[in-house]
Parts: sequence; structure tokens; C-alpha cells
Amino acid sequence: MPRYLTMVRIDENNAPAEGPSDELMQRMGALIEEMTKAGVLLDTAGLTPTSQGKRVRYEKGEITVTDGPFTESKEVIGGYAILQAKDEAEVLEWTKRFLKVHEDHWTVTSEVREIAEG
Amino acid sequence: MEAPRVIAAVTRIVRDVGIAEDLAQDALVAALEKWPGSGVPDNPGAWLTATAKHRAVDLVRRRENYARKLEEVGRATEFAYEEVGVATDPDDIDDDLLRLVFMSCHPVLSAEARVALTLRLLGGLTTAEIARAVLAPEATVAQRIVRAKRTLATRNVAFEVPYGPDREARLGSVLEVIYLIFNEGYAATAGDDYLRPGLCEDALRLARVLQSLMPKEPEVHGLAALLELQCSRSAARTAPDGTPVLLRDQSRGRWNPMLIRRGFAALTRAEAVSSGPPGPYALQAAIAACHARAYTYADTNWRQIAALYALLAARAPSPVIELNRAVAVSMTQGPQAALAIVDALCDEPALRDYHLLPSVRGDLLERLGRVAEAREEFARAASLTRNARERQLLLARSSPSGGTSRRRPGDREE
Repeated sequence: MPRYLTMVRIDENNAPAEGPSDELMQRMGALIEEMTKAGVLLDTAGLTPTSQGKRVRYEKGEITVTDGPFTESKEVIGGYAILQAKDEAEVLEWTKRFLKVHEDHWTVTSEVREIAEG
Repeated sequence: MEAPRVIAAVTRIVRDVGIAEDLAQDALVAALEKWPGSGVPDNPGAWLTATAKHRAVDLVRRRENYARKLEEVGRATEFAYEEVGVATDPDDIDDDLLRLVFMSCHPVLSAEARVALTLRLLGGLTTAEIARAVLAPEATVAQRIVRAKRTLATRNVAFEVPYGPDREARLGSVLEVIYLIFNEGYAATAGDDYLRPGLCEDALRLARVLQSLMPKEPEVHGLAALLELQCSRSAARTAPDGTPVLLRDQSRGRWNPMLIRRGFAALTRAEAVSSGPPGPYALQAAIAACHARAYTYADTNWRQIAALYALLAARAPSPVIELNRAVAVSMTQGPQAALAIVDALCDEPALRDYHLLPSVRGDLLERLGRVAEAREEFARAASLTRNARERQLLLARSSPSGGTSRRRPGDREE
């Protein structure tokens, strides 16, 4: 049963300023509970905005540290989830349900990647 | 993976897992016909459950018209009607799912039947997948499942969660089934694959589901903790060529930290909801946690492991646990003390064909410098194991040139 890392990408420049609504958080909580009960969700968390983040880059043997926000990236990672499911189809099903929790004015991309193991 | 929930909800109405599974299947077929046109509903599981429930209620109504016929089959005719709406209360489904768990693992069924039925109804595996996993012909497994369903029906096994004095034994049966499934994958008893990790993960998922369904049962968390910790090592347990890598030689950087963390968390939860001393699964998880805490093999706290095995031997005495205790004792008090424990086990009928007994005994003899006797033991162990990879390893150690991998006690694949 493969494990997947789902990276939730959002466009910080165009994300709803007021952040997620209470209803959204409630629906999200219910879905997270359901996914835990189904034995699928191993770990999940949201990340603070990139304005509080740093990038540490290594190039030609040199380290450079850049402060956020990462304005040059169209979409940045706003959260992640680690899922374990029977197959990709099941993970995609859960991912769609996670996205549908959001109201219509959200644009969210879930990047689903299988974790290389063994 | 919605299937188990659908089957559970329907079983409540029709009281027969065989019929429930057919109705769940029908609902799925209906969905595949309908959804391409209408789009997939927001909550496909709820839709499937509602559809299957409608069919179930229809079936029951039809059945009640045949009440006489029913009596011949010896079934009760009072069916609990309920309003079947699309909005299915998730808590109700959880209860149904738990009832289904207890039904699939019911002691009226043989261990093999419980495993097959649990994998089928709760693990969502096809008959072919189960057959591959338990190394039996598909026809045999199909037959096993059919018979199991029939047994549950004819023996009138109730669709309920047991409470009272019966509960502990029944829960024990559920945990044992999941543990059996896990073990089948963890140390594949036969065949050329040393690991069939798929089964381990099916078992782990079942254990995680059980944690949500029975959050107050310490042993459920204990079992989940044990399986999380055992699974955390799976990447390190085989070399690239498929040969087993012993605990002492495993690259601990390849142990999965997330699963270790989850194992610790489950163990903590087991302790938190427990009112008495730790049960057998929590104790085994505590032993696995000792290994997980050691940064290197040399850091292993064998004293604590030996103490935990002593508790385990007192709590759930078994020859296999005694054998494991001997290994821990050999690490704290030396091979001679351990050999005394092992020799006392040599007449155990339960261990007569258990390859790890001569294998451990060989280890101890080797450490005591009794090389010729050790080789005999390794040869015996090689003839007993059904796992091809392990046989190679043991044969190498039984030959005068000696094996490539020098094993010592404590070298069991934990």
C-alpha cells in the first residue's frame, strides 16, 4: 500500500484575504476525521505564509539565504498531507474531496506524489 | 475503500454479510452506470451506502412476504426498519463497521476463514489478491469465504458489538486476526519473497481503523503501536538482492521516522486509556519501541527488553515468547543462561517444527564455542523453514566454511 505526499499549492497573491472561513475549517475538520477513521491519513499540517519563510540555496559550493515572501513563485506550498492508500485512484478520490471542501472562490492545486520507499 | 462501510450499513438491515456484499456490489455497478452521466456525487460513499440500503430494504420487504420460507431457513423475521435517507450519520456507520469487524472475526470461524473474510470485507481485497497473499489457490480462498458467510448465517451470528464478559475474548479474536494478517506479510512463511509488505500494510490500515472505532481499548492501540513500529523497519529488512538483513546489520537511517513516531504515539495512547497493567500487544510494542529508540544496535537496552519479555511471559505465556526471552537473556547474562531456557523448550510440541528454535540454539552454541553442534542446529533449522531466503542463510551457516553473515543472539529479524 503506497504512501503519498500531497502538497497543497496556493497562489498567495490571489488567495482570499480573510483566509479560510469557519465553515471551511469545520468541513475540513470533518473530512480529516473521516480520513483518519478510514486509516488513510498519516499526517497533515498547514504552513505559515512564505513571508515568514526562508529559502536556503546551495549553488557552486555557495550558500545563500533569502527571506520570504516567495513572490516569484506563482503557487507556493500552503500545506501538506501524507496519505497511505490502496492505490493512486483512492488517493485521488480523497484529494478531490479535500479540494471540494473549499468554496468556489478558492483556487487550490493538490500535487500528489508517491513517496519513494524501500 | 468505501466498500467496508457500505457492506456494514447493509448488513445491519439484511443481517447476512453474503447478501450485504452482493448488494454493495450492485450499488457499485449502479454507480458506474450513473456517474459518468450525472457526475460523481460529493460524497460517493454516502451515495453508495444509501443506494445499497434502499436495495436492502426492498429485499427485506420482499423477504417478509416469504415469511414462511424464511422460517424454513431458520431466520428471524423482525427486521429493524429505519428511514433510509441519503444523509447517513457517520457515527451510525462507524457502529455498523465495528459490528462487521466482530462478525468477520467471530470465533465460530476457523482462523483461516477469519483472515480471508476480514481481508475481503474490511480490507477491500479481491479473492485473487487474498489468494496471492495467503499462498492458496484462488478457488480454495473463494470457497473459504463462501463457507464462512454461510457459517455466519446458519449459526445465526448476531450483528452486534459484544459487551460484558464476552467482550474481551471476542476483542482478542479480532486483534489476533489482524496480527495474523500482519505476520503473514512480515515473515512470509513460505515462498521466495522474504517480505510481502502489502499484507503488512493491509493489517496496519485495519489496526488504524480499529483505533478510531475503539479508542478506549488499550490493546487496540497496543496492536497498532506494534504494527507501526514493525512496519517502520520494512525498508531496512531486505538487501537489494532480496536477502534478509538482520536487526543488528540494518541501516537504521532507513527506518521510517514517521511510522516510529506514530508507533510511540499509539503506545502512549494505550497507556493513557489503560487502567491496569499493559496487555500482551502493548508489551510487545514496548519491546519494539526499545529497538526503535536505540540509535545503533550497540545502544539496545537489552536489560529492559529482557524485563519486558519476563512480564510478557507471565502475562501471556507461550513457547515462542520464552524463546524470545532467551535471546534477550543471552544479551544480558550470556549464552549459557539463555541456553538453559532454550533447552527447557526443546520438548515443546508447539515448537517441534519451528525453525527459530534450532536457529537460536545454534547461535548460542556457536557463542559457547560448540561449533559442530551449532552447525547441526543450523542444518535442522534450514530443513524446517519454509522461506527460501532464510533457508539459504541457514544452510550457509551449517557448512564448515561458515556463513558469510556471522550471527549472534539478538540477531533475529525483529
